[in-house]
Amino acid sequence: MSDPRDPLRLSVDRDRCAGAGMCALTAPEVFDQDDEEGLVVLLHPAPAPEHRAAARMAVGLCPAGAIALDAPDSTDS
Amino acid sequence: MSYDPTAAGTTADDITAEEPPTLPTDRRTGCPFDPPAELTALSDEPMRRMRYADGHVGRLVTGHAAARAILADPRFSSRYELLHLPMPISGVSGELPPAPVGDIIGLDAPEHTRYRRLLTGKFTVRRMRRLTERVEQLTIECLDAMEQAGPAVDLVEAFAQPLPALMICELLGVPYTDRERFQSHVATLFDQTADAESKGEAHMALLQYLGELVLAKRAEPTDDLLSDLTTSDLTDEELAGIGGLLLAAGLDTTANMLALGTFALLSNPDQLDALRADPGLAEQTVEELLRYLSVADPLLRSALDDVEVEGQLIGAGETVTVSVQAANRDPRKFPDPDRLDIHRKATGHLAFGHGVHQCLGQQLARVEMTVALPALFARFPTLRLAAPPQEVPLRDHSNIYGVISLPVTWDKEQTHE
Repeated sequence: MSDPRDPLRLSVDRDRCAGAGMCALTAPEVFDQDDEEGLVVLLHPAPAPEHRAAARMAVGLCPAGAIALDAPDSTDS
Repeated sequence: MSYDPTAAGTTADDITAEEPPTLPTDRRTGCPFDPPAELTALSDEPMRRMRYADGHVGRLVTGHAAARAILADPRFSSRYELLHLPMPISGVSGELPPAPVGDIIGLDAPEHTRYRRLLTGKFTVRRMRRLTERVEQLTIECLDAMEQAGPAVDLVEAFAQPLPALMICELLGVPYTDRERFQSHVATLFDQTADAESKGEAHMALLQYLGELVLAKRAEPTDDLLSDLTTSDLTDEELAGIGGLLLAAGLDTTANMLALGTFALLSNPDQLDALRADPGLAEQTVEELLRYLSVADPLLRSALDDVEVEGQLIGAGETVTVSVQAANRDPRKFPDPDRLDIHRKATGHLAFGHGVHQCLGQQLARVEMTVALPALFARFPTLRLAAPPQEVPLRDHSNIYGVISLPVTWDKEQTHE
């Protein structure tokens, strides 16, 4: 899962975002919320290995399906 | 297929199927924390047909994966006028009225999106964490007052109710001293035994109060959420409606989690001891209590189209009752689900809902509970129930479950600052 060769890539869709804050709560090193609308801000599209597990969890927890995971093993998310 | 109310639940296999059951609501005596037994008995059957108050045949969803899929799917509408009620409200017959102005829970995109976007920035993780210190201060004040009033107090009145009420009032800019003008009305709105007329009157009174407040904020803005929103393009009516919704949501949800959560921890002394021994467990204890208690239940949706969920076809027009408390006890998601276990990873529970309507105030609720529960048990190391557990009165007829009162006591000489 944290295979250093695994080039985990994330993308976010702010139009879909519901501003619930689950990503910023779960993986604060990777996601933030802007102060105006509270919508997702992607800090690191390619998170460091130590933050990948939390980032994957945030993808699964997002209530609005606003975070996409683009990785060779993305099926396990 | 588009929405057609006459088609709802009248497909051929309905007619031949035996009469579907209604929503199970009776909890077993002596099990105040467990969902009704008939709900969790469905764990290997994530969805089944259910009969609604008006005779409509729709669905009851008890499985976690199915619940999540439905709540995330925009083909399931939240509009009240499309829903059938699981249980009758006295005085309501026929179609439900659409959501009143500002009640964004009963709207779909894009109307819902427009309102929600004005609010999400006010409830971010960062903003709510900034309130931690203020929540700590208010907690200390409530605990001081409780200590002076006791030993032997009603924890609901002394602690669980005032703390979140003080916080939401301060955040919105609603004077807490006005609470006799809104608290009882909010209670009526959540009361399943109240008839349509008294609910209507309570709603009008709440809007009247908020309407006056909105005018005052426009004339003389203060440093709070309602004043902030007066700079948006919302009308006075929209502002009063949204203010009423946020106030109601902030008053009655966390309050019930605090009181019922305390009851649950006192009833599971091994879990309480573990939390006391390691305050670092506070955050995951809160998540586990949210899962285990799931006080805001059920959630209703209406299928706008024929939708296949977990291999079953839900027909356009069917109302779907998502039982959050059952989904959060689904053993396929949470092993040994009926056990309160503060060491488990309860993340992924649906206590705040899922999808675009997921609770706006959840990060505030988390901060309040994470601060308040450990502080309560630290202040009163000998805190215990002052009545037999089976005599604690339960909110069996409210949209938000909890206890009506929680008699607690402690040894006076053993309190800590």
